[in-house]
Amino acid sequence: MASQVTMRVWRGDASGGDFCTFEVASDEGMVVLDVIHRIQETQAPDLAVRWNCKAGRCGSCSAEVNGKPRLMCMTRMNTFAEGEPITVSPMRTFPPIKDLVSDVSFNYEKAKMIPAFKPRAREADGTRRMFQEDVDRVQEFHKCIECFLCQDVCHVIRDHDRNKRSFAGPRFFVRLAALEMHPLDTNNRLELIKARAGIGMCNITKCCTEVCPEQIKITDNAIIPLKERVVTEYYDPLAWAWRKLTGRASGMEKGDAATHS
Amino acid sequence: MTQDSRLTTEDLKYETHECDVLVVGAGGAGLRAAIEASAQGARTALVCKSLLGKAHTVMAEGGIAAALGNVWPEDNWKVHFRDTMRGGKLLNNWRMAQIHAQEAPARVLELEEWGALFDRTKEGLILQRDFGGHRYARLAHVGDRTGLEMIRTLQQHAVHKGIDVYMECTIQRLLKDGERVSGAIGYWRETGRFVVFKTKAVVLATGGIGKAFKITSNSWEYTGDGIGLALEAGAELIDMEMVQFHPTGMVWPPSVRGILVTESVRGDGGTLKNAAGERFMFNYVPDFFRAETADTEAEADAWYEDKTKRRTPDLLPRDEVARAINAEVKAGRGSPHGGVFLDIASRRPAEYIRKRLPSMYHQFKELADVDITTTPMEVGPTCHYFMGGVRVAADTAATRVPGLFAAGEVAAGLHGANRLGGNSLSDLLVFGQRAGHYAAEYARGCADQPAIDQAAIDQSACDMLAPFDQQGGENPYTIHSDLEDCMHNLVGIIRTQTELEQALQELDRLKQRLLRARVEGNRYFNPGWHMALDMQTMLTVSEAITRSALLRTESRGGHTRSDFPDSDPHFAQVNLVVRRDGQGQMTLTEEPLPAMPAELAELLEGGH
Repeated sequence: MASQVTMRVWRGDASGGDFCTFEVASDEGMVVLDVIHRIQETQAPDLAVRWNCKAGRCGSCSAEVNGKPRLMCMTRMNTFAEGEPITVSPMRTFPPIKDLVSDVSFNYEKAKMIPAFKPRAREADGTRRMFQEDVDRVQEFHKCIECFLCQDVCHVIRDHDRNKRSFAGPRFFVRLAALEMHPLDTNNRLELIKARAGIGMCNITKCCTEVCPEQIKITDNAIIPLKERVVTEYYDPLAWAWRKLTGRASGMEKGDAATHS
Repeated sequence: MTQDSRLTTEDLKYETHECDVLVVGAGGAGLRAAIEASAQGARTALVCKSLLGKAHTVMAEGGIAAALGNVWPEDNWKVHFRDTMRGGKLLNNWRMAQIHAQEAPARVLELEEWGALFDRTKEGLILQRDFGGHRYARLAHVGDRTGLEMIRTLQQHAVHKGIDVYMECTIQRLLKDGERVSGAIGYWRETGRFVVFKTKAVVLATGGIGKAFKITSNSWEYTGDGIGLALEAGAELIDMEMVQFHPTGMVWPPSVRGILVTESVRGDGGTLKNAAGERFMFNYVPDFFRAETADTEAEADAWYEDKTKRRTPDLLPRDEVARAINAEVKAGRGSPHGGVFLDIASRRPAEYIRKRLPSMYHQFKELADVDITTTPMEVGPTCHYFMGGVRVAADTAATRVPGLFAAGEVAAGLHGANRLGGNSLSDLLVFGQRAGHYAAEYARGCADQPAIDQAAIDQSACDMLAPFDQQGGENPYTIHSDLEDCMHNLVGIIRTQTELEQALQELDRLKQRLLRARVEGNRYFNPGWHMALDMQTMLTVSEAITRSALLRTESRGGHTRSDFPDSDPHFAQVNLVVRRDGQGQMTLTEEPLPAMPAELAELLEGGH
């Protein structure tokens, strides 16, 4: 059933902008992205918006719908009260480019600082053997579609722009956790996690977990275990004494790789 | 030069970047090509229309076909080669099919070296799943999000390789120095400013043209850019009539029509049923596949565990299944919203479905309010893939234009008349790697940096700005929507001479209308302008598809003519080749397929 909806869409650029109101028809089953496309086709052809797969797989169409970080392609119109205007604005944590498109290059820069995967030697028979139960928890992290909604909602950088220099954000804690818990990886990234990625600045309010469209338990499964590893490595007096005596890092799961420190 | 006097020097200004190898497109093939070119020491630039990591490769669900033999040790490259050739109705380039089958396992294992985590067998090796047209469970996978794992692995591996990445940048024209390629011009989507790349070699990895069709699994990016760029630069296209309609796209609600439902649903035990609850695929087994296809439900169901049994007809190649669904719906035996039922709910436990098909579970729950663990899905054909595209040399991925290479969906030959599921991701890896390798080698052999043609740059810049000055008032989005209707209705799953001729006339009218397309606003991130520019390529490539479809007066694979319903032995021996002649006219010729060595031809016969 078609119905008429009122959309308030933020239009503007780095120099400023405002909400513009559009009256537009919404058909059965439509998502917010469909309505935005209809505005583009019929009323505002230069309305800027990013999208690709339209199925919640690529993480391109991130925006704030009624103030909540959402994928527009996975937000059904019938979840809103009839007659209420729906506001759509770009992710606020990143600088605006135009309309619903924001400059997410922050995330691509952070990605560059993470040392690559470095596998240990192969099995004697030349294969790589890993068991499903060992890869399950890392596969959860690999579900990340890089929509950056967790980055958008994280108040460490949402409310304090200067923190962006010293804080990687939930997306990259997920990435770091995926590498740290990868059964084959040998790189040691604990110093990075503690210092340049700034994991200590996260005070586990779980906002990131709440907005993750892939339902990754970012706080519980990625951030907290990383925090624990940092604590064990840097603030555990026994580990400290062990390092002093042996000159070796104590990270147990990465022990074989940490000898270079 | 027809430079518009109203344009200022400032309007036409461009920035310049120089490299050895320019890769256009950053899906699986583009990323793999860039990694390889860079590893060969070439200064490599990677250009993509979207943000990095968003290309359509992320939508690949089921897996990567590679005869690793982890689940069925009987599997090997020869069986994979046979399956690929038969799936393609033997129109494939045999050498590409051979290279692909031989090299896919190494390319998959390489992803594991770079951090990919595939689902595992009990022995700790890469698990493989069943898919349409594959004799053995062959697809390395991660649940139903294999493409995401692949693109992220490649992306993260590429980050540390010193590749210059240019995101949200669209290439509009290739530049040449005499016969050889020398660069490319395009625009930044964000600012609308022009950018010129001076390069020795170009690898096209731009994917297909699904956006020319109304019901499609493809995103806005799939506008045939690389096919158009190659044609205009003097390369040849082949097999353009071969369009794959994936049998299972969502059909309801209307706004999600076309979104892909992975073949893994059937690979993992799901079955197709009509409104009467009948497993209708048993009625659509063609003679070509009869000997290897089960004819009872009992045998079909046993095949999943026992490969001495014959394969379920639910997993016939995609062209067969798409036509069957189309026929059931036409005969009035469809589901309420014009599809058929895809049922895994009654055949596998809920926990198994959620574990094996998490994205499908989520997609139907969120977008259609359907719980696939309790309710059958409604599905129907959706435009998915182009077997046709740029003609390349099998070993090197080189086109006939010196310095111009193509890999992945934009290239043609490997899949013949129909692609098997899972063979696309392996195609991207195998031929992406080869294209990167041979492009770097070609660049090394260039004594100098080829010259770029200033007149061509200025002309191209003027052409790109022209839509801002049109007074005709045509809306580019409406023209696009009319193109989608035209291709869907007249050049779709079932074709006839009359409708194809109508389509050509309509394409001509759309070209005229595009000249009157008016773009509002300025150059800054303006999707209406981008659409107007993409339409030029889409119309050219759509014409190539339609002309080829008209010429192939038979039915084969992804090309079905209701006026010529049978396969014709003559057309079994030829590719249709599309070129631009000296006058700018599109010409078509029939050319014989390369002859297959006897030892490979033998593999095609017999059981397996």
